[in-house]
Amino acid sequence: MIKVVDLQKRFGPLHVLKGITNEIREGEVVCVIGPSGSGKSTFLRCLNLLEVPNGGRIYFAGKEITDFKNVDINQVRAEMGMVFQRFNLFPHKNVLENICLAPLKVRKYSREEAEAKAYDLLQKVGLKEKALAFPDNLSGGQQQRVAIARALAMQPKVMLFDEPTSALDPEMIKEVLDVIKELAQEGMTMVVVTHEMGFAREVADRVLFMDDGLIVEEDTPDNLFNAPQNERTQSFLSKVL
Amino acid sequence: MDYIWDFNVVVRFFPVLLEGAVLTLELTCIAVGMGILIGTFVGIGRVSKNKLIFSLSSIYVNFIRGTPMLVQLYLVYFGLPAYFGPIPPLMAAIITLSVNSGAYVAEIVRAGIQSIDRGQLEAARSLGMTYSQAMRHVLIPQTFKRIIPPLGNEFIALLKDSSIVSVIALEELVRKGSMIAGRTFRSFEIWTAVALLFLFMTLPITQLVNYAERRLKQE
Repeated sequence: MIKVVDLQKRFGPLHVLKGITNEIREGEVVCVIGPSGSGKSTFLRCLNLLEVPNGGRIYFAGKEITDFKNVDINQVRAEMGMVFQRFNLFPHKNVLENICLAPLKVRKYSREEAEAKAYDLLQKVGLKEKALAFPDNLSGGQQQRVAIARALAMQPKVMLFDEPTSALDPEMIKEVLDVIKELAQEGMTMVVVTHEMGFAREVADRVLFMDDGLIVEEDTPDNLFNAPQNERTQSFLSKVL
Repeated sequence: MDYIWDFNVVVRFFPVLLEGAVLTLELTCIAVGMGILIGTFVGIGRVSKNKLIFSLSSIYVNFIRGTPMLVQLYLVYFGLPAYFGPIPPLMAAIITLSVNSGAYVAEIVRAGIQSIDRGQLEAARSLGMTYSQAMRHVLIPQTFKRIIPPLGNEFIALLKDSSIVSVIALEELVRKGSMIAGRTFRSFEIWTAVALLFLFMTLPITQLVNYAERRLKQE
């Protein structure tokens, strides 16, 4: 589904991604873990080109999307849902409008179609009764669930999660993770940058450990968490587990 | 000091002063209206990644903000006729005030857009929206509320600065005042009245700006 070859990213003098090569298969749930500053968020943001890579290639659904001259970047992004750490709901629009905006403007759905789909998704994330509420009147957990519904409304082929629970109060983490788990069970292809090791262990098909701009180790969660091979993985896990 | 106040002169010429005040208000409203139109486009240009659009809008804003409005007025009223033939004073005044206001509104719009959290643009783009769709549906609507107070201040500033057009014989409030003062030699009374008329126009807007700022702070 997504193939990354020798991905490089620099911010000025800072070499953030130093050659990432990996492949995310259809239906796979990949969790990315690692210390802060290791480049995992940047890696994720490169996948939908929110950050423009300085080198390397990214293929999505068989097509090179880093071939900027011949690729409609908006079309690519429409196929990839993204959920942010800080939700980023549109504060001037209510929940329903937040979800319907992109389907209306990008997919050109009719309003009836878009709203029917939005209500389905709200049902799925358990917030049907909040359709007309504004983001400011929702808890963090509720906002993040709306953000997930908003991304799903575009019927993406892949979902990218950038630390989806890091800005949440502890008691709200579970409601968000439960929604993501349900998606995983439905077979959605997902890349999740997370600090929730329990979640990664339970849901991931594969875990990538990143440090200093590289994927240092990757394996099934069982192997990676129980028997990490790399010294840096061992040291990181000994601190967080 | 044996100057004896005679405010009868103000009463007598009040309709004339009022006429001037109406023109001042009209000029300001038209100019700020045009300024908002110009300023919205130029303000968006000032955050554009397109180098040409950015440069052109920056040159415009810097030229207007870096030169006296009086010079701009002379340039329009005395300078432009070299190419376009004589321009009526009212037209020259409206052009100058509008173009001037446009530059200041552009900076207000730019600051408004830049004050919106980066995550908003990223969220919109991640959903597949184009830059202009994201601007139109996500960023610009959020700036409206934030720019109401500075726009109010711009209105007040322009209302006062519009008195500059009195130098091209446009009979707005200041010009009327100076005509009456010249005829009656009652400068103190007339200019007091003119000042109060300005205050009468600006104070309600000041109140509105304060109210809007309080509302914004609460959110």
